Amino acid sequence: MNPQPNTPTPAAEYGALARRRSFRRSLSATGSTGDAVFRVLLLSVALLILLIVSSMVVAMAHNSMPSIREFGFSFLWGSNWDPVKGEFGALPFIYGTIVSSLIALVIAVPLSLGVAIFLVEQAPARLARPIAFLVELLAAIPSVVYGLWGIFVLAPVMREWVEPPLQRSLGFLPLFQGTITGIGLFTGGVILAIMITPIISAVVRDVLAAVPVSQREAALALGATKWETTRVVLANAASGIAGAIILGLGRAIGETMAVTMVIGNRPQISASLFEPSYTIASVIANEFTEATGDLYLSALVEIGLILFLVTFIVNGIAKLLVWSVTRGTSGTARAT
Amino acid sequence: MQASTPRRRNSRRTVNAVMTTLTAACAFFAVSILVVILGYIAMRGLTSINLQFLIDTPKPVGEGGGIGNAIVGSLVLLALGSVIGLPLGIAAGIYLAEFGDGWFGKTVRFVTDTLTGVPSIVIGVFVYTIIVLPQKQFSTWAGGVALALIMIPIVTRTTEEMIRLVPTSLREGALALGAPQWRVTLGVVLPAASTGIATGCMLAIARVSGETAPLLFTAFGSRFYNYYLDEPMASLTVQIYNYAISPYDEWHALAWAATLVLMTLILVINITVRIFTRKKF
Amino acid sequence: MAASTTQAAMKVTIETPKTERAATGSADESQAAAKITVSGLNFYYGPVQALSHISLDIPGRMVMAFIGPSGCGKSTFLRTLNRMNDTIPGTRVEGSVIIDGQDIYAPNTDVVSLRRRVGMVFQKSNPFPKSIFDNVAYGIRINRLTGSKSELEGRVEEALKDAALWPEVKDRLKSSALGLSGGQQQRLCIARALAVKPEVVLMDEPASALDPIATQKIEELVVELKKQYTIVIVTHNMQQAARVSDQTAFFWLGKLIEVNATEKIFTAPNEKLTEDYITGRFG
Repeated sequence: MNPQPNTPTPAAEYGALARRRSFRRSLSATGSTGDAVFRVLLLSVALLILLIVSSMVVAMAHNSMPSIREFGFSFLWGSNWDPVKGEFGALPFIYGTIVSSLIALVIAVPLSLGVAIFLVEQAPARLARPIAFLVELLAAIPSVVYGLWGIFVLAPVMREWVEPPLQRSLGFLPLFQGTITGIGLFTGGVILAIMITPIISAVVRDVLAAVPVSQREAALALGATKWETTRVVLANAASGIAGAIILGLGRAIGETMAVTMVIGNRPQISASLFEPSYTIASVIANEFTEATGDLYLSALVEIGLILFLVTFIVNGIAKLLVWSVTRGTSGTARAT
Repeated sequence: MQASTPRRRNSRRTVNAVMTTLTAACAFFAVSILVVILGYIAMRGLTSINLQFLIDTPKPVGEGGGIGNAIVGSLVLLALGSVIGLPLGIAAGIYLAEFGDGWFGKTVRFVTDTLTGVPSIVIGVFVYTIIVLPQKQFSTWAGGVALALIMIPIVTRTTEEMIRLVPTSLREGALALGAPQWRVTLGVVLPAASTGIATGCMLAIARVSGETAPLLFTAFGSRFYNYYLDEPMASLTVQIYNYAISPYDEWHALAWAATLVLMTLILVINITVRIFTRKKF
Repeated sequence: MAASTTQAAMKVTIETPKTERAATGSADESQAAAKITVSGLNFYYGPVQALSHISLDIPGRMVMAFIGPSGCGKSTFLRTLNRMNDTIPGTRVEGSVIIDGQDIYAPNTDVVSLRRRVGMVFQKSNPFPKSIFDNVAYGIRINRLTGSKSELEGRVEEALKDAALWPEVKDRLKSSALGLSGGQQQRLCIARALAVKPEVVLMDEPASALDPIATQKIEELVVELKKQYTIVIVTHNMQQAARVSDQTAFFWLGKLIEVNATEKIFTAPNEKLTEDYITGRFG
């Protein structure tokens, strides 16, 4: 119906498009060699990028061939990872990746939503800006630093203050049984949660800000409280929020260093969250340089290929969902 | 005329107050985690840092040692990655902004976005297979290429956005004077978008300076000062990792000190970027 | 002399509603206490003063129109009546607005329940991204005004009937509100506002974004609604003000210039400024 604010009217967009098209036509018409060279140079860079990404898939597929030929699809549900015997199955890593990411989401999603709602709906602008900056700074901390902090600060805290009470109160669940060392699936999940919170909250903030003021006014005018108005805004932003969560999931799946340093790196599938585990990214980081033999190496490359495909799909879905809400309102330079 | 009863009104008021408190608590919690982490780094790092530390190379346990080569190595790798990645990223961004409206442009944009989401360790694996394996050795080149691949999509997206923000009237003014398009783009549009593009480059550099995974099997790491690009190269991040997972307390202390140096670098870049972008808007 | 030329100019546009207005006019006068009494209202956007010394009585169960050129403050003033301006940072109010004997700007006022009693319809319709039913039910639900499901359904139906929308939507209450036409969406927003049974309904140029037929429906609705509600309508369309309202207030540059029975404003205004505006000499 009526155009949203910030997007150009259809007429202006058509005019801009027509002008751009006429640039190109005039390009060939001018016969300017400078222009032709310019265009070719830029085109080749664009093609180079295409080439790089496609060769990524090709190169990794090629190098995983030995492993694919050896194990086929059973690689995906093989639960045995024994380099000595030459048996390789990816299931422990898939399990570890999924569970640690889920733990991360369970913790990070409410936290991020709370932060985003606070910053967009509740806090006065003067307070919101510095707090937003500080939360974004969490994203600037390198993964290896999180890992270092995780080993020496978080793990002891988990071991002394968090996991024992959980085991005492919820120990009847297999989730909370097992030996408590502070290093394991749970700690890995917690550190992932801290790492993906700034990303999720940044995207949710963008999405909430894109909801028109008229929706908030409509609710307020009916006698809604601040929180009830916020619920209306959340309803408007629902698909964008879903996208933000999936984007966070994508990041959690691909996180390497921090997880490697606190998850214990043992290829086992255990019901307990306190036991050590292993993720796809971690096993590659740990064992890649020590991989002896072609089969070992190609199994690791195959795992990398799986990681690539999974993150590709997850990120694709996320971007679609987020785009459907923000649609053109610029999210500026987010180094996602 | 019906009014809601006082009890109903009070429970809504309570819910509202509770939710406001909860969301504020979330924000407070997130900020305090940051403070705790940064504080810990400062605390543990400052105790082990000294000038010798910043110059020395790593030594066996008990003999001290430092991160001098790691600092230089990180700078070299960053420089190499920037030299390769920034021009390519900017060029791709210009292409997408100027010519990227057709199906080809959309494909390139989609693929670039895909590259943003690829985990950095996968990029490390890829560079390993195409550079390290054939060369049969770890090299600085490989590390630089890996970092460049991470930087390119970030820079491309920012560059395209910034160029698109330049008003068409500026372009048309130059074209109307008879300038060919390449002159207009390079001489008029790029300078106009330069602050934004510079910001994007800085963000990419900040992001990459903290990367460890892609360097693990490309540049690999080293205990010496290096001068040749076809040899392995130490880096701050890999060194922190190695010190951290070692069993020696002494090396753990070195890890914290190295982290302090790294975090200082990253914070400086981030705050600079913040100042730049605040001035613009 | 000025009066008769104005009268001549307006003759074509003032039609039958006039007699109806004349009839209800006397009934209104018998209702002694004003519903809303505004005294000495000053309003500031930061350092800029947008409204000066507004004093006005709005009686109950009638339609008052606010007219004036763009930027004269009529919308700002409308929004002070349900404290919607509170959502804009940096605004300040001096003076009092007394509704049913209580100053709504007193320190401990429950703004949330004020807004339920003084409803608002906006210039551009803003239905929630929910079903038609859920839109109308929203206010009822959050204010917990009904006990059972059937009671809720009854209220929703009643509100939709009051808004003259029921026949068009009764078979698709669960479908999305965003699928309605512009005029239907606006009537939905009116139904949504009526569902909480306000005492006053504020309308900020409710028909300005609509086509003539939808506009006419809204105007008929307003005339019907004043039997139960006090309606204050901001409009930039003078003919609309003349058609639907009982009293009209003319604003100019943040001041209230004149308020009187509509017929008097449009035929024999007291102020020259009013007459200039009515006859189209400016704005």
